[in-house]
Amino acid sequence: MPAASEATGDTGTTNATTTTTDLAAPAAIEATGLTKSYGGTGTDTPVPVLRGIDLRVPTGTVFALLGPNGAGKTTAVRILATLTEPDAGTARVAGYDIRTRRREVRRAISLTGQFAAVDEAQTGAENLRMMARLVGLRRAAARARADGLLARFGLSDAADRLVRTYSGGMRRRVDLAAGLVGEPEVIFLDEPTTGLDPRSRRELWDVVGDLAARGTTVFLTTQYLEEADQLADRVAVLHGGVIVAEGTPAELKSRVAGHHLDLTLATSDAYLRVRAQTPHATHHDPRTRTLTLPTDGTAPHVRALLDELDPTGTDVAHFALRTASLDEVFLTLTAPTTTHPKEPTHA
Amino acid sequence: MPEALPTGPLTRLPSNSLLTRLPSNSLTMTGRSLRLSRRTVDALITALALPVLLLLIFVYFFGGAINTGTDTRYVTYVVPGVLLLCAGFGSAGTAVAVTEDLKGGIIDRFRSLDVGGTAILAGHVVASVARNVLATALVLALAFAIGFRPTATPAGWLAATGLLLAFVLALSWLSAAVGLLAKSPEAANGYTFFVSFLPYPSSAFVPTDSMPSWLAAFSDHQPVTTVIDSLRALLLDQPAGTTPWLALAWCAGILAGSVGLAAALFRRRVG
Repeated sequence: MPAASEATGDTGTTNATTTTTDLAAPAAIEATGLTKSYGGTGTDTPVPVLRGIDLRVPTGTVFALLGPNGAGKTTAVRILATLTEPDAGTARVAGYDIRTRRREVRRAISLTGQFAAVDEAQTGAENLRMMARLVGLRRAAARARADGLLARFGLSDAADRLVRTYSGGMRRRVDLAAGLVGEPEVIFLDEPTTGLDPRSRRELWDVVGDLAARGTTVFLTTQYLEEADQLADRVAVLHGGVIVAEGTPAELKSRVAGHHLDLTLATSDAYLRVRAQTPHATHHDPRTRTLTLPTDGTAPHVRALLDELDPTGTDVAHFALRTASLDEVFLTLTAPTTTHPKEPTHA
Repeated sequence: MPEALPTGPLTRLPSNSLLTRLPSNSLTMTGRSLRLSRRTVDALITALALPVLLLLIFVYFFGGAINTGTDTRYVTYVVPGVLLLCAGFGSAGTAVAVTEDLKGGIIDRFRSLDVGGTAILAGHVVASVARNVLATALVLALAFAIGFRPTATPAGWLAATGLLLAFVLALSWLSAAVGLLAKSPEAANGYTFFVSFLPYPSSAFVPTDSMPSWLAAFSDHQPVTTVIDSLRALLLDQPAGTTPWLALAWCAGILAGSVGLAAALFRRRVG
């Protein structure tokens, strides 16, 4: 399934990673037909969460699994991290089978989930030293490793404060640091920035970029298109338990217009006139006289679109340009036709 | 901000097998649980203050009205019972701590570091025993201050201490198993109430022959009574017969059952 990816140029994070994916390159993660249902005991019918997904993540790349709540992202991560057993399908992580070589897989990975996996009633330093001891480091080495990670994540000043007193961003960073104590080959980040303020999110993105630059394979899940775009070499969109699209961020963006133009029409007649020209509107409401059209967000395209729909300059009362929401991405990706005119010509 | 991580090969301990790492991991987890206990101030106060208060209540409020049918002072009669009550409260925190671990993400982190359930639970149990030793010392010190005068031989003291430790250990493992069973920390707290309640229908505070016959029948045959009777006999240097052995057997049984149950529950709940 993995197609050779083009150089994307705009992933923005990793210049050390290969931009052309060699099919023969060793894969850090390779999964085939992963299937998982929950429930199904007693009279309940099992609810399928994953309906057979294939994944291939080359070593040293950043891979984003994009999807809304309930798409099955966490289940996919937990299966790959050996915390949940799949109903069917196989996967190898860091070269080890997730069913038969669990312990080797666990040693090679780290998982940072949505719930902080550190003790609130311990200090940052205590948490990291504890993890380092559990990894098998001796006392002095554990202390050095903890200090190094705290410094790297900008937490040296907060090292001796209880995690309970940390901000959301600091918590996420110490959590991530705790996962790196064992120098994992593959890092799983399950929605690493959900609930963070923009500044903390930016800091976390820097950390992920830094990890990728060192050659660590990163597998992250996110609800945010922008995040996948910023961080990932390749993105797979998970929806309803299946991968509905996969490719580089540039490839996906070419399939989904990145921006939306919201139009409010001056009169009902104007609404009907414009509506007749725009069968591909992703949203239309005669009551509020509003229409939403996909666009690439460039000034020439928007200007041309407005000129074409409203040559007299009187029909459109207001307009607003915004980036596509994830909902719209999914609507587009799961719609029967996914072609969008790149040029403002409407047949 | 990003600074180079100290590079170089990991200086891991020579052996990586789960079994050889168990002592070291258990030690690390014990350190963790002790730190957490120390910082869970409200639970610590409950575990320490409640037994002290109960000792005072029983000695001063009820003690004057209770006829134990012996010529020992009531404080001397009641101390073993208060010590067991204290074991109940002290180990209850274990269930809550285990449930808290399961609720958060930390258990997954431990698993991905290949730390076994035994080490995690052992850490909680050892911390529980430590809390209990502290509470017991506090209660004993206060008891001496208000007139507790045991007449035990050194051997008797040793045997009583050993038996009490065995009871606390068994109860702590039971509590850990309860923690694995409970869906939430609140529920865990609720379950442990029953354990804390067990000393009441026993010979802890009043002689069982003062109870209705059906209750006395239960009280005479439940583990807490045998442990209390043994402690009393050992501390007052009275003939104990085989009761201490029976008490020890109870502790061993509870311990074995709880460890087995905890292992099975851990596998089922955590995998």
